Parts: sequence; structure tokens; C-alpha cells
Amino acid sequence: MRNILMLIVFLTIISFFMYVAINPGDFNSQTGEHFVFGSPKFTDMDNYFIHNAQNQTGANNVVTSIVFDYRGFDTLGEASVLFTAVLGVGLALRLLRGDKK
Amino acid sequence: MMSKIVRTQANFLYPFILIFGFYIVAHGHLTPGGGFQGGAVIATGIALVIVAYGYDRVKSWIKKSTLTATESIGLLCFILTAFIGLSTSFFYNFLANSGLLFGDKVSYGANPGYLNTAGTLPIMNLAVGVEVLGGLGVILMYMLSYGKEVSK
Repeated sequence: MRNILMLIVFLTIISFFMYVAINPGDFNSQTGEHFVFGSPKFTDMDNYFIHNAQNQTGANNVVTSIVFDYRGFDTLGEASVLFTAVLGVGLALRLLRGDKK
Repeated sequence: MMSKIVRTQANFLYPFILIFGFYIVAHGHLTPGGGFQGGAVIATGIALVIVAYGYDRVKSWIKKSTLTATESIGLLCFILTAFIGLSTSFFYNFLANSGLLFGDKVSYGANPGYLNTAGTLPIMNLAVGVEVLGGLGVILMYMLSYGKEVSK
């Protein structure tokens, strides 16, 4: 039963990769862009970040300017998740140690 | 404690790993990477020293309380930097294009990349890098100190 399930998962993933490998995708001859999964429907936001991020934040790395500036609140959540993880590890290991003594 | 070969290699590699990690953190606004990735690289340096020398000896060099304080200071600096821009909005980049610290302008398009740009981004990168290095380091220390008790 378990082997059949693993085979199904394996075949699904393999067929997905084969589809990507065979599929020619959309090729835009004007801009020279190539999209394997089809060209995106909405590109307004991407273009806004690509064209304005350098002027507005002064960072060459557009990804960092999104992560730390445009979407800074998200990064605050990430940082506090790490803080909570450290708290959890400390708490759990201290509890385990206390049980043993 | 591992053999002398491993300890020598660790002594040799440790400064380079630290420099590479701090490079990733400091150039977070220019090259791929940033606070999280650079902090993780620095934490691997700490892990290398712990593996090579064993928990008992490292315990006296790197204190758990120092790492916890480092982590808290990193998170506090991050939140404080976000709060300073509160006069406009939370997480406002008040230093960008201002001509002050990290305030140089950048021309649109490809350029060689200058460290003195991007406003609050390098400060936040540094804060997050310090936080991640403290957090991952203290997780390692906790797990190793518990593993030592179990093996006794």
C-alpha cells in the first residue's frame, strides 16, 4: 500500500518535470523573455518594483529592498518566529532536563 | 573533542567562515543574500568549533547568556529602526537618498554597487544577521548541552 502511494507521488512529480522539460512555453520575441509556465497575466507590480526600487530605496538588490522595505512587516514576523523558536527550544529542553532529575 | 587534524582545520577555517558570513550580511543590499543567510553562515562557523572542540571546552569560550543577549539586541535594533521612521510610516526608509549615512543616490540600471547606499536596509540586515547568529548559536548550544547529559 505504502509502495503504491510512493509510486503515485513519484510519477506525479516526474510527469510534472517531464512536462516542464518538453513544454516549449511562451517566448516573447520582442523582449527576448522566455516563460516556461506561460507568461504571467498581471505584471504591473513586478514592473513597478523593477523600475522604481533602485530610485526609491537606493538598493541594487531588488529582492532585499522588497523584503526589508516594501514588505518590512513580513520580515518582522519572520524574525519574531526565529525568536519564538529559540524560546521554544530552550523551554522544551529545560523541561526535559527537569523531568530527569 | 575530535582529533588534532580536525581541530587544526577548524582553527584554519573559522576566521574565513566568519568573514564570509559578515560579507554576506554587509553586502545584503548589493548581492544575493542578506541578514538571514549571512547569520546562518556565521552560525555554521560556531557549529564547526563546537564539533571540533566538544561542548565542554566551548562552553567557557561562548556563553549561552551572551548569545541570548546578542539575539535580543538584534531583534530590538530591527524593531527600533522600523520605529524611527514612524513619522511617515512604520518601516519607512528615512535614510535613503538623504545624503547621510548610507544615503547615496543610485542610478537606475546596472552599476558596480556602492556600500554607502540603500538607507536603513544595511542597518536592518546587520540587526537581522546578529539576531540569526545568536538564535541559531543558542539553539546549537542548548541541544548539545542536553545531548551531553543524555550520553552520561
